[in-house]
Amino acid sequence: MNLLRLTAVEALKKMGRGELTSADLTEAYLAQIGRHDSDVFAYLKVTGESARARAAQVDAGAGDRAPLAGLPTAIKDVLCTRGVTTTCASKMLENYNPIYTATCVERLEQAGIVTLGKTNMDEFAMGSSTENSAYGPTRNPWDLERVPGGSSGGSAAAVAAGEAIWALGSDTGGSIRQPASLCGVVGLKPTYGSVSRYGLIAFASSFDQVGPITKKVKDAALLMQFLVGKDPCDSTSVDHPDKIDLPIDRDLSGVRIGVVKELAGEGNDPAVKAVFDQAVKALESAGAVISQASLPHIEYALPAYYILAPAEASANLARFDGVRYGLRAGSASDVTQMYEETRSLGFGEEVKRRIMLGTYALSSGYYDAYYGQAQKVRTLIVKDFEAAMNDVDLLLSPTSATTAFKLGERTADPLAMYLSDICTIPVNLSGLPGISIPAGLADGLPVGIQLIGKAFTENHLLQSAHSAELALGFDRVSPLIEGQD
Amino acid sequence: MVTHEDVKYVAKLARLKVAGEELDRFAGQLSTILNHVDKLSELDLSDVEPTTHVIGLSNVFREDEPRPSVEREEALANGPEVESGAFRVPPILEA
Repeated sequence: MNLLRLTAVEALKKMGRGELTSADLTEAYLAQIGRHDSDVFAYLKVTGESARARAAQVDAGAGDRAPLAGLPTAIKDVLCTRGVTTTCASKMLENYNPIYTATCVERLEQAGIVTLGKTNMDEFAMGSSTENSAYGPTRNPWDLERVPGGSSGGSAAAVAAGEAIWALGSDTGGSIRQPASLCGVVGLKPTYGSVSRYGLIAFASSFDQVGPITKKVKDAALLMQFLVGKDPCDSTSVDHPDKIDLPIDRDLSGVRIGVVKELAGEGNDPAVKAVFDQAVKALESAGAVISQASLPHIEYALPAYYILAPAEASANLARFDGVRYGLRAGSASDVTQMYEETRSLGFGEEVKRRIMLGTYALSSGYYDAYYGQAQKVRTLIVKDFEAAMNDVDLLLSPTSATTAFKLGERTADPLAMYLSDICTIPVNLSGLPGISIPAGLADGLPVGIQLIGKAFTENHLLQSAHSAELALGFDRVSPLIEGQD
Repeated sequence: MVTHEDVKYVAKLARLKVAGEELDRFAGQLSTILNHVDKLSELDLSDVEPTTHVIGLSNVFREDEPRPSVEREEALANGPEVESGAFRVPPILEA
């Protein structure tokens, strides 16, 4: 049996029945990391020794199993882990050793997971290809010449390569859904506020949200059960109104789905559009009531996001000043010079670009024209979604207008890279939950579709995504997992 | 159009050092991005309220109760330069 094909739900069942040990499962994933991670580079750090110890501990406590006991998990390196270096893929934090663990990680650890390591990402989660990592790019397990998407590219690639049974990512403008789409796996961005941001190194605080990257939708629901909930350490977190359920096998009868016309049309690569159109038909055959929906201001979403997110980032990243943690460079005699040299040496190009863009937008004389205007546009986007969802339960679009692109293809042109997230960014502006599920292949590369729900309706979104997954019947895995059959 | 002077000014505000060919590159890239962003000015938004937060929370209060915090040693553990139980920094005030 190829253990790398098991979903988390299946593995949990087998372990519960005594048919599989966490040690065997963990070894299978560590072996796959050993075989392929020198090529894929999904991990910045593999914690094999503590993973083995943890698995043995889980196996020894057989009678009294924690709910997620023994599941080998990858954690994006944007999340603080006490005693384990957390770099955010930046030189700035090369030796940062957090003194606390992010609430979401702590909750999973209490539920029994085995942490395999910390995954690669775009530096400070800024990027759409994981090429902005200060430690080198992650590669797509479906084609090593191509990017895995970003910024949670390491987490998505780890799941797609069979190097973790599931993973945590974070999503500010699409950083969970877009790499999930490009790697042929499932990625959920929960409703803003559902998951604590405590211990998530901040990029843009009014957008950032942690969520699961998994093989199947049911696994995402299982992981969400332990991620959600108010945290006294994050005042923007709230108690989810529902207990998260595991979806059941059923069709889409009566589910009203609006296809976002502005995102589903000619702006997409023809091969992506073909898979998407086919997927819409499959959902309709499964009982969904398909209609056309419109988000009339969506063309303003990207410009608004690229003011608001960099503005928030420029403030959030002011904390990296070479005083309390991280890198320090420069003269010991002049504090301003110390700040400037530390930040110039510690931050990579994209991070500097966004800090300057945000600083510009917030600077005197430009504030109203850029930041104020963008905040108002955000209101229009929120209202667009409200209006579009008056008559439907869910919205549907491609997750990404293209499949995985080649390394280096978009690095010279920041705006081209920013446009990679055109389908996902509007969802972050509105705070709504969105999920990407694989719908098929185009020229051998995965294509994802995005379902968007109303705020805090994760149960309905996950159930519908699970039903859609059944209707689409996509059961392919990357060649790296297939190779172990 | 973002000029070299604009880049230098913004870099100074953000405590970044940008010089030489970087000035050209950032000026060009920021111009391209801001050209795209200028689309925002097409809209008349005088009657629209800004959105600062999406789930409608306002102030979140809690009881002000004393509780244990981070130990000094732990707080200093990641400091690049530490002396006498404090972070050491270059002089802030002129002598």
